Amino acid sequence: MRPNRALEIGTGLFVLLGFAALFFLTTQLPGSGLSLGSEAGYRVTAKFDNVGDLKTGSPVSMAGVTIGRVQSVGFDPDDFRAVVTLRIDPQFDRIPEDSDASIQTQGLLGGKYVGIGPGGSETYLKDGGQIEFTQSAIVLESLVNKFFANFAGRGSDGDSSKGQAEEPAKEDAK
Amino acid sequence: MSVAGAAADGLLVGALRRIGAVAVFFFRILAQCLPALGRPRVVVHQVYNAGARSLIIIMLCGLFVGMVLGLQGHDLLARFGSEDALGVAAALGLLKELGPVVGALLFAGRAGTALTSEIGLMKATDQLTAMEIMAVDPVRLVVAPRFIGGLVALPLLVAIFNVVGLFGAQLVGVQVMGVDAGAFWSQMQAAVELDDVAEGIIKSVVFGAACSLVAVYEGFHAAPTAEGVGLATTRTVVTSSVLTLLLDYMLTAAFL
Amino acid sequence: MTAAVQGLPAAAAAPEVVVDVRGVHYGFGRRAIFAGLDIQARRGRITAIMGPSGTGKTTLLRLITGQVAPREGTVSVFGEDVAAMPQRELFALRRRMGMLFQNGALLTDLSVFENVAFPLREHARLPESLLRNIVLTKLHAVGLRGAANLMPAELSGGMARRVALARAIVMDPEILIYDEPFVGLDPISMGMIVRLIRRMNEALGITSIVVSHDVEELGAIAHESYLLSQGKVVASGTPAELRASNLEVVRQFMEGIADGPVPFHYPAPDYVAQLLDGSAR
Repeated sequence: MRPNRALEIGTGLFVLLGFAALFFLTTQLPGSGLSLGSEAGYRVTAKFDNVGDLKTGSPVSMAGVTIGRVQSVGFDPDDFRAVVTLRIDPQFDRIPEDSDASIQTQGLLGGKYVGIGPGGSETYLKDGGQIEFTQSAIVLESLVNKFFANFAGRGSDGDSSKGQAEEPAKEDAK
Repeated sequence: MSVAGAAADGLLVGALRRIGAVAVFFFRILAQCLPALGRPRVVVHQVYNAGARSLIIIMLCGLFVGMVLGLQGHDLLARFGSEDALGVAAALGLLKELGPVVGALLFAGRAGTALTSEIGLMKATDQLTAMEIMAVDPVRLVVAPRFIGGLVALPLLVAIFNVVGLFGAQLVGVQVMGVDAGAFWSQMQAAVELDDVAEGIIKSVVFGAACSLVAVYEGFHAAPTAEGVGLATTRTVVTSSVLTLLLDYMLTAAFL
Repeated sequence: MTAAVQGLPAAAAAPEVVVDVRGVHYGFGRRAIFAGLDIQARRGRITAIMGPSGTGKTTLLRLITGQVAPREGTVSVFGEDVAAMPQRELFALRRRMGMLFQNGALLTDLSVFENVAFPLREHARLPESLLRNIVLTKLHAVGLRGAANLMPAELSGGMARRVALARAIVMDPEILIYDEPFVGLDPISMGMIVRLIRRMNEALGITSIVVSHDVEELGAIAHESYLLSQGKVVASGTPAELRASNLEVVRQFMEGIADGPVPFHYPAPDYVAQLLDGSAR
């Protein structure tokens, strides 16, 4: 009850530390949370038939190097495809225009990320550009289903996974 | 009165009576929480007692729990060739379970016992009765600020525990076991959802309320003797621990 | 009642009864502590309540302050039944009472000054300068103005009790209750407390109820005394009247005789029989 400077400072420090920790947990751990990382860079979009469980904040990588992050995952009602906006770090400004984007899985159990495969064009992607060539997510469950269906000799079961494991929409002649 | 009364009843009736008494006491505290907040200085004092003084033990234990998670997680994941998911395993383990539960158990042992013995001693030295005679409700002046202090402190302590634990896991996983640092953090960020964080926070708030309630209840209802205060302190640890794990199961089941 | 020494003669001259305990029965479980207790404390008087240890003197105080309710009978303070009061009214009543606890019951985390200021801070919105003056006045009255900044842990037993007394009178109560004020004090502190009790009573006209078993000290200050034994008042009157009583139980207590109506031996089976019978314990 008596004013006690040291005590109040200690409490203040503790509360500050606690809230800093809470802030860190809520913003830094979930990729979907607010990102404190740089917002610098340029944005390109890509349309996918299926993005699986790609999330905001998932990495965008090229040759295994993270070059950016997924900024948003939207849906285009006109052609029923997912629109993914990628934020690419500014130093990676020489990505060929005809590069392809594919949704891939990190390890066996890991999350999804967007992999960029370089094309051969002399012109490069710019802010607001679009990646034309895309490959959808491979849905693990349908693969497993298919595998077990085949394994059990019940080939007719392929129907059940139809629509999930479509053929890659790859129009590109790589 | 409650202790002697409970002993006279059967086991079942005694337990029922105890639960009822705790619930009634809980509502008494709730009714006094708002008036208690009118004295921020007293509440700050209690946040300090419950929180700042538990900080060292929480950080130390968080570090070790995180390091153990790093070792065990690595060992487990390496069998599936998914060492890169160590970050995810550590983060989810800490956020959803270990942080709130271990944090609450430590809190019960460090801050809960301190609360019980402090209130119990005040009772044994007639300070609580003196307040009543001075027409001051000790629930408002003594119990409610301590309850609020615990309620505020535990979620913050758990958050600190989690962050320290993550760094402990990272320390072992990345520095010792050689998991790629980028994979550790990026996979974690990709896999952890805001819901997971929220689950941990909700759990820590519930545990904070439960442990603080048990601690102040036991102190307030301790037999007013040195022996009674000792017994009450023991009961605080036992009851808080059991209650924490029970609530943890119920909350986990509710979230899944 | 077994009031052998009948109390005060002229009821007309006596001041009004402030605390009125009538036919009170009380007990824990099957153990009865009071079986038909009658006690009256009059305004401006010092009423002593004496009795051997374990006669429930402290319980009586809890009944008067409304902390516990009697099983039968009534406890009225200022003419109102304490047990029937809702909490709010009870608290209002308690602001008119002060109580001195056996060990002082000072709040350990507050300084002497803040302990005395505590009831004022809780119940009165006073400017800090006025509050300071009141607190220092009360501390001065108990001779501890110089100790205002000490913490309770730094006080001796006698000092703690005097601080508690200052706290008990800081709200200018009409009734002041002393629970065993003389226990465990050295002769000097004891003398101080005796003097203070009398002065509080004379100067402030406070109705005082003193629970104790110190016959000497009480004899010096009490206007009326009640002797409790086995849950009842066995004798009442002025200390002189009690001392003059030839009732055996009164004489035993007043003169400190080891064996008598209050037996030396706790109830036990026959001594020789128990020694010879090896099995029973």
